[in-house]
Amino acid sequence: MSYFSNGAWWWPYLFILVAGFAATDVWRFLGVYLGGKLSEDSDLLVLVRTMATALVAGVIGNLIVFPGGALAHTSFALRIAAAALGFAVYLAWGKRMIAGIATAELLLLAGLYLNF
Amino acid sequence: MSTWTSDVTVPRSTWFLRGVRAAYSLPGLILISSFIGFAALAKDAGVTVTQAAFMVGAVWALPSMVVLVGAIVSGAALPAAMFAVTLSAIRLMPMVMALMPEMRAGKTRQWVLYVLAHFVAVTSWVLAMERLKRVPPDMRTTYYAGLGGTLVTTNMIVVTVVYAVADALPSAISAALLMLTPMYFLTSLWGSARERAGHMAMILGLVLGPVFHIVLPQIDLLVAGLIGGTAAYGWHLWRRKARVA
Repeated sequence: MSYFSNGAWWWPYLFILVAGFAATDVWRFLGVYLGGKLSEDSDLLVLVRTMATALVAGVIGNLIVFPGGALAHTSFALRIAAAALGFAVYLAWGKRMIAGIATAELLLLAGLYLNF
Repeated sequence: MSTWTSDVTVPRSTWFLRGVRAAYSLPGLILISSFIGFAALAKDAGVTVTQAAFMVGAVWALPSMVVLVGAIVSGAALPAAMFAVTLSAIRLMPMVMALMPEMRAGKTRQWVLYVLAHFVAVTSWVLAMERLKRVPPDMRTTYYAGLGGTLVTTNMIVVTVVYAVADALPSAISAALLMLTPMYFLTSLWGSARERAGHMAMILGLVLGPVFHIVLPQIDLLVAGLIGGTAAYGWHLWRRKARVA
């Protein structure tokens, strides 16, 4: 039942349709349907948002701690340092995403160049 | 008062093209860079280029796509993957709910809204909430179709191009591309949090994700989301009570 468990050509597409398309558009359709009926500040929506945020943050954590491909050949300390300093610059620079992303990328590349 | 009254005579096609142009703004360009990162991620996971382009068009929400690829990598079964993506996509509902009153005009047909809702994701939403006010009400769906449609097709092309050139890139560049996605989300997620509980949920998730990746590899994201989200919500309630008392 996993993505690569079935050799048929259509299986990955079905997987994406069910686990990707249906799983996201159900919320979009509900949003159109409910538009204006539910208050955005209701407690239920706060819980829903914190769960979704924690889940996506979990993905970010995994991408930094257990990366794949070429990033897996970099050291753990370098990745953490690049991400943490990039995030600090983002906060210090009035939440400018560009500043945070560029800082992290430059640090990572500098670290790789210096063989950290 | 209204800035668009002078534009009433502008034809519909012009509003569509103005929507297209809005896609090539700074948020749109940042989004492209994060799709470059996503393509590197998907390729690394063993997803083929057609599957990846299909994923961009069919899912069109980067956090959910990254969760989906994460589930694919960890070998999750279809129901577990679906559950994790469903949980990650809940945030789309309040976003769509907030956008609908902006977009609806007197005679807007309901099915048009359902179709356009598919384009809702962080970037197009931020751009639309900011710019729809300056579009005449009965041109708003047209404008948003131009904006959303352009963002989706552009990034499908971006993903295809990255797949084609990825193997030729030096490994330092590949590593830097793979770093784009976590950095994009680290900053955009923090910035888009509506309440302090969102920041708490984010910090908890950052730690719990890797912890459960070791303890419960196949359902790590789900557990991190449920536990981290509930704890952050509990903290939110506790703080509110403490403030009232």
